[in-house]
Amino acid sequence: MSVPVRVRNLEKNFGRYPALRGVSLNVEAGELVALLGPSGSGKTTLLRAIAGLEQPDAGQVLFGDIDANSLSLRERRIGFVFQQYALFKHMKVFDNIAFGLRARPRASRPSEAAIKAKVLELLHLVQLDGLEARYPAQLSGGQRQRVALARALAIEPRVLLLDEPFGALDARVRKDLRKWLRELHQRTGHTTLFVTHDQDEAFELANRIAILDHGRIEQVGTAAEILDRPATPFIDSFIEGIARRNADQQSREWTKPHVVVSR
Amino acid sequence: MAMSDRFLPLAHAPERATSETAFTKVVLIGIAVLFLVAILFLPLVTVFVEALRKGWGTLFENFGDPDTLSAIRLTLLVAAIAVPFNAVVGLAASWCIAKFEFKGRNLLLTLIDLPFSISPVISGLVYVLLFGAQGWLGPWLSAHDIQIIFAVPGIVLATVLVTFPFVARELIPLMQSQGTSEEEAALMLGASGWHTFFKVTLPNVKWALLYGVLLCNARAMGEFGAVSVVSGHIRGLTNTMPLHIEILYNEYNFVGAFAVASLLTGLALITLLAKTLLEWRFAGELAAKAHRH
Repeated sequence: MSVPVRVRNLEKNFGRYPALRGVSLNVEAGELVALLGPSGSGKTTLLRAIAGLEQPDAGQVLFGDIDANSLSLRERRIGFVFQQYALFKHMKVFDNIAFGLRARPRASRPSEAAIKAKVLELLHLVQLDGLEARYPAQLSGGQRQRVALARALAIEPRVLLLDEPFGALDARVRKDLRKWLRELHQRTGHTTLFVTHDQDEAFELANRIAILDHGRIEQVGTAAEILDRPATPFIDSFIEGIARRNADQQSREWTKPHVVVSR
Repeated sequence: MAMSDRFLPLAHAPERATSETAFTKVVLIGIAVLFLVAILFLPLVTVFVEALRKGWGTLFENFGDPDTLSAIRLTLLVAAIAVPFNAVVGLAASWCIAKFEFKGRNLLLTLIDLPFSISPVISGLVYVLLFGAQGWLGPWLSAHDIQIIFAVPGIVLATVLVTFPFVARELIPLMQSQGTSEEEAALMLGASGWHTFFKVTLPNVKWALLYGVLLCNARAMGEFGAVSVVSGHIRGLTNTMPLHIEILYNEYNFVGAFAVASLLTGLALITLLAKTLLEWRFAGELAAKAHRH
């Protein structure tokens, strides 16, 4: 069900401001890729262009062999998780998750019983059993984020796109959700792209990382590849923090026995 | 000792921000109450006192007058056309302005505000100049036997124009603050444009829409200036309630004038009550959501 995503020479200008200048990226089926970069680097625009929420000025997006331009938003079947979740405030959790199924044309719409089964299954998957009657306002940030994810998964997406999935959460919840999202990805196997400005998040979570700056992809690779061989001076300075923290962590682990003894 | 130390700072607590002397309080509150009574409450009471000066019997007799009945019917008819029209068009205009970027957006926003900023008399005159016998379209209209000015269509048009901003003005700021992310989410989930509008956009603004409709209705029933210009004051035919009240008053029929005025005031009060109920209901819903955490 998951498909590879190919982006070819994507260009997008907002007025005279170039947001994407010839971006190309290959994402394999089932891969988890981070789009990392400072604010204004074009990472969110790239994600929205893949989703079809922005119309690129030039270039092509392919899902498997299908040109995305030939598909309507409905036909694209892309699970998109918005930065502030964009849950429907006036609907209960259940109706939020069921929205995509109920919005289908009558011919392909599942029965209410099937929708109910699907929603409850998804609630279980995102560990929110029993919260289906709540309104989004009655949930914590982490719970809302998981509802948004369940809602996106309900349409059985070809590709999952997440815009700053943990941006609005506090540090502790963020760490837990990160781990949980990786496990979820391993279980469901969706081709997933997520946008982040947080280097730790990208390096810890993703199979591969694409680092953007000024509307261009500066480097794509695994965490180890990028840390070992940063392609440009920009990357070198951008990942400096990670490299240092990694070094710190190694030395901390090494000194751990002493700490225990001294207690 | 330790205890008293801990409580000591309270004795030296800075003066509260609201520590005016009793005298100042009484004077300020007194002025406010006096103002409210004189400007708002007394006129309201006067309307009903004057209407009932000769008892309930005379009041109902006045309602039975054919010209009065016709004025009531016309006012209700005009509101029944103008309010739904402005609700639908106002909703569509707000939706365009708040959810889309396009050339001429600011022009549209200014146009919507126009009826608020020009005198209603001018709004009426504009229609006379357009559709009146000497107006631009006058000859064509009379050749085809269509009467707009000094007839019901003109009154409806003038009312629609004057009350147009109420719904849109209520909706635009709310829709703008809500942004478009819920609509984008709905589209990504495969919803059609209509489905998105009816299931996501509309429910998010339903209270503001109702509120705008009520304000629009209050003004549509009470409008005097613009309607006065286009109506022609034909008794039993083109007199709305406000116009009818003026005629009765000018004829020294004070009881009659105040009888109709009391009815119009009653309609306004009902509108106000409905608005308050809505606000109360809306607040209740919000509070309930917050409580059930």
